[in-house]
Amino acid sequence: MILDRPDLPIEDFERETGWLLKPEGACKAGVCIPLPPLRATVDAGELADRLGMGVVHDDRHGLWALGPSTVSGRALESADAPDFTLPDLAGRPFRFGSLRGRKVVLVAWASW
Amino acid sequence: MWQELRAELHDDGLEVVTVALDSAGPEAARPWIERARPEHPALIDEHHRLDELFGIVNVPSGVWIDEAGVIVRPPEPAFAARPEWDEGIDDDATGYQRRTLALEEQLLVEDEKYVAAVRDWARHGADSRYALTPEEVLARSRPRSRAESEAAAHFELGIHLRRQGHAADAVEHFRAAHGLQPDNWTYRCQAWSFVDPHLGPSAEYDTDWASEVERTGVEAYYPPLDMP
Repeated sequence: MILDRPDLPIEDFERETGWLLKPEGACKAGVCIPLPPLRATVDAGELADRLGMGVVHDDRHGLWALGPSTVSGRALESADAPDFTLPDLAGRPFRFGSLRGRKVVLVAWASW
Repeated sequence: MWQELRAELHDDGLEVVTVALDSAGPEAARPWIERARPEHPALIDEHHRLDELFGIVNVPSGVWIDEAGVIVRPPEPAFAARPEWDEGIDDDATGYQRRTLALEEQLLVEDEKYVAAVRDWARHGADSRYALTPEEVLARSRPRSRAESEAAAHFELGIHLRRQGHAADAVEHFRAAHGLQPDNWTYRCQAWSFVDPHLGPSAEYDTDWASEVERTGVEAYYPPLDMP
């Protein structure tokens, strides 16, 4: 996720990363990481540090980028497939979760 | 390729979703999608979100998700047919293109094995010997270190800056991503594609596709499928 300031509202962090910030800590896929008391905005760097997220700061453009969390030590933190919405060729958004009830073979490819 | 398999297995409850990891956008993917005439969703992932979500580092990669939304096979090489890599080669092909083609022809492509597995899963579902338990899925998911997470952050910044018109600054981030996660072919190929569609030597990068494949070994590019 790309940020243009080092802190952000809790809802934005939750929406982008899938981590929910609760009294017991940051929680995802049944795992909770304890956190200091939360305010309305969170310090992205501190949170990223606790969740093992790589943080890159681009001075020149005043941007930060947070990589995925590494709490589980693996790319997948859960066998539950994450939901996502991506556009088709016509730009129409398609929500992957709408295929619930079907077996899906998801194939990533590229023109390069 | 996938459309044929999808048509065959659709009534067994199987759907195919193809996703182009193409930061150049829909126009880059359009010729292939239009030729395939898919009846299944064919999506465009310009920001490479799937790479992070599933741990995809090369293409083509396949992930199986069952009816309950549970992953039963994490990313692995996924071919429905052997690609016709020589299609783009004509009398004007450069030495580099021919070198690339010679390497491509040595890559391990297990299309028959993969298709047979998909057919078995379509037919038998959870009872298929190809459907893994959640524990097996997590155990097979590729390790992710802090360095790799940082690579993802650099790559995302590179894509973002490139879209903003800062191509040279983007290159710096792509180079950092490559250094932090050298075995991520997606990061390399996407970055190289911006300076050379043939992924050849460039002023911006220290290496190219053919050189890297030769260095790391053709047999390592698409690892053998771990299935019965």
